[in-house]
Amino acid sequence: MTRRLFSTPEGIAGTAILALLALAALAAPMLFPRDPLSIAGPSLLPPFHDPAHILGTDRLGRDVLAGLFHGARVSLAVGIAAAAAALFVGAVVGTIAGFAGGFVDEALMRVAEAFQIVPGFLLTLAFVSIAGPSLPVVVAAIALGAWTGPARVARAEVLSIRERDHVAASRVVGMHPLEIALREVMPNALPPVMALSSVIVAGAVLTEAALSFLGLGDPNRVTWGAMIAEGRAVLRSAPYLSIIPGIALVVAVVGVYLFGEGVVEASASRRRYQ
Amino acid sequence: MNLLAVSGLSVTYAGSAAPALADVDLSLTEGERLAIIGESGSGKTTLARAVAGLLPPAARMAGAIRWRGREARAHPGRDIGYVFQDPSASLDPVVGIARQIAEVVRTHVGLGWPAAMARAVELLDRVRLPDAGATVHAWPHQLSGGQKQRVAIAAAIAARPALLVADEATSALDTIVQAEIVSLIRRIVDEERMALLFITHDIALAAQLAQRIVVLKGGRMIEAGPAAKVIGAPVDPYTRTLIAASTDVASLVDDRIAREDAR
Amino acid sequence: MNRALSLLRRRLLTSLPVFLIVIVGSFLLLEAAPGDAVDAYLVSVGGDAGLAAQLRHEWGLDRSAWARFLTFATALVHGDLGWSVAFARPIRDVILERLPNTLLLMGAATALSFGLGSLLGIVAGARPGSICDRVLSVASLAIYAVPGFWLGLVLIVVFSIELRWLPLGGIETIASSRSGLDRGLDIARHLVLPVAALGFIYLALYLRVMRAGMAEVWRMDFVLALRARGLPQSRIVIAHVARNALLPLVTLLGLQSASMLGGSVVIESVFAVPGIGRLAHEAVAARDVPLLLGIILSSAILVIVVNFLVDIVYAALDPRVGASEERA
Repeated sequence: MTRRLFSTPEGIAGTAILALLALAALAAPMLFPRDPLSIAGPSLLPPFHDPAHILGTDRLGRDVLAGLFHGARVSLAVGIAAAAAALFVGAVVGTIAGFAGGFVDEALMRVAEAFQIVPGFLLTLAFVSIAGPSLPVVVAAIALGAWTGPARVARAEVLSIRERDHVAASRVVGMHPLEIALREVMPNALPPVMALSSVIVAGAVLTEAALSFLGLGDPNRVTWGAMIAEGRAVLRSAPYLSIIPGIALVVAVVGVYLFGEGVVEASASRRRYQ
Repeated sequence: MNLLAVSGLSVTYAGSAAPALADVDLSLTEGERLAIIGESGSGKTTLARAVAGLLPPAARMAGAIRWRGREARAHPGRDIGYVFQDPSASLDPVVGIARQIAEVVRTHVGLGWPAAMARAVELLDRVRLPDAGATVHAWPHQLSGGQKQRVAIAAAIAARPALLVADEATSALDTIVQAEIVSLIRRIVDEERMALLFITHDIALAAQLAQRIVVLKGGRMIEAGPAAKVIGAPVDPYTRTLIAASTDVASLVDDRIAREDAR
Repeated sequence: MNRALSLLRRRLLTSLPVFLIVIVGSFLLLEAAPGDAVDAYLVSVGGDAGLAAQLRHEWGLDRSAWARFLTFATALVHGDLGWSVAFARPIRDVILERLPNTLLLMGAATALSFGLGSLLGIVAGARPGSICDRVLSVASLAIYAVPGFWLGLVLIVVFSIELRWLPLGGIETIASSRSGLDRGLDIARHLVLPVAALGFIYLALYLRVMRAGMAEVWRMDFVLALRARGLPQSRIVIAHVARNALLPLVTLLGLQSASMLGGSVVIESVFAVPGIGRLAHEAVAARDVPLLLGIILSSAILVIVVNFLVDIVYAALDPRVGASEERA
């Protein structure tokens, strides 16, 4: 599997980007031990002028490179946590709906539809503005707007699995339906749900950035979205302040997509040769 | 002059070591009806597709296919009409049936849309689509399997090709409809003086329709000759098994011999 | 026409319970938010605790949660979304005033992304695996990764600040007293950048879905039948393969309307377009929860309407829709 992942150009590029990001996130406290929100030098230093501040400083003299490294921590953490929460909730709800059928299915799917006709970002905004901006709230709010996709996929998958032999066998043996659903059916329904994870992680990273761009991120942490918003005030004189963190964001999201495509192609080629 | 001459034709599909068709020779004159018989995997569909120029680009082909004595290939649609096995799979589900026939007329006859549509209505009438006038506006999903096959035949003959290839064109249909479609094909071929290449696994059907029969097995030709001879006095044991396996061939043979005698 | 009516009926039947769930959800969020409608009202008009208690009694806010929900829902049915403390006006009026700008922005962005996206998708999907296909696929992946608000800022830097070709933001030149065509052109000039920033991501999405759809249609059996009829490649690509691949794209159009409304929040904020997206941001900034929920409810209605329109277009494109009922 791993070797096949590295046999596609998408897989190689995606893995490389994600590995670098993870490394940056892990190394941030070592490389830039100072609080990235503290003043590090003169303000509005342009990039590539001062070796102490390679990418320059912002209006308040905060180091841009340090911000990028520390921002990677928040972006990755929030992206992965929110996607995991969305996938988990979606898989459980979808499994229950597909397995229970009848009224439960109908009700759960109507709820999912309700979440789909409300713009997810508005819902996220509402949730954050009511519960207050902190990392756990941001994670929950993003997951709230992203669980319906996995739920639909899981439900469709469960509907096709529940009639299979080993499930019928567990029924005959007298296993509790909930136990059958969660232990026999859900593990088999997971692969197609997991295939959504790259899209959902990417979406979560972008949503987090948009939230902090609008000033609804955790105010005590440096995030790429907040850096872009901060640079906006001096867009005329120092556009690099907004452009640099944006590039980091694009690279991170492209990395997630490429990695996802690589995994899809690797598993497709494995199926082909089986 | 031969309409179609196939010599030493071999075809190997990409990713497969064994050839699907090996060293096949075949000829067809204008207006002649030839049946290719074989079980699934015998290479009969490959032969039909090779003749019509419909093999996938990755398939390797050796040997020669001559059309009207020239090396140049027959033009699909204009020179050769092709009817497929599954009538549902030969029509675009979201385009009206008359339009799908008219676009063939437009492409090969060079008429404008209104004239091509009018010709499509005539063609629907010719293939005896019940109530052709009303079905002109029909969509593929509104038709039965037999009706769809009639539409597919209309599209295949729309440009008055010299050869009609029917690739298991009746085997997806039930018996009564099958008989209707067979007689439709026979009538059309007669009226238009088209040659017919009739691909089937049903030896009884072949005996009914064709003047000559070719038997394929595992990609090779094992027997060829006039229909009466192949059915009445088969040389190859495999042909004999095929005939024995077919329930209604015996009566057909008697029937046919009686008819030949009467001439 | 009958088909459209039956579609409308079915869409209404399935949407009503869903919309009811949205209303319940909004009510729960409203209850969870600090302060209530009376607090909001008194902030803008002023008054003491006595007036507050009196108003609470009058508005039924001192009753049980169930009774409060009924009051909330009844008001909604009458089109009353409540009072905006931030604007000191009824929420409905504020939203209706801003809605046209958002509709204009979304309509133009949809037209751009759908038109150009499907066109490029046809180019890429005409020959799956070709160089053209690979380049477009990688490019669309990159575009799909670009956050709209950042793209907006980059566009501003390039086209408004450096080149000075287009205005920085807003929906039209303030106090210019233009009218007619002149005013239309002015609005169009203001919309170029926001439409591009909002539409680009979806352009990539439509491109990818169109391409993938065409790759799937190429594998279908009827394509071989079309080849057997000797149709020219261009006709097979456009009239048949692209035509079939367009169907899932149209479905996507409905699904994406909700997501685009969400995206308009950041885009309208970046370009200072006075639409409901920016209104949502203003509501958050002013801690005006009822206004935000009013926007959510109106968005849900808008999404339902868009999906209904998409149903009609889909039915026109796919003759198989509703066929089972016709026969029954």
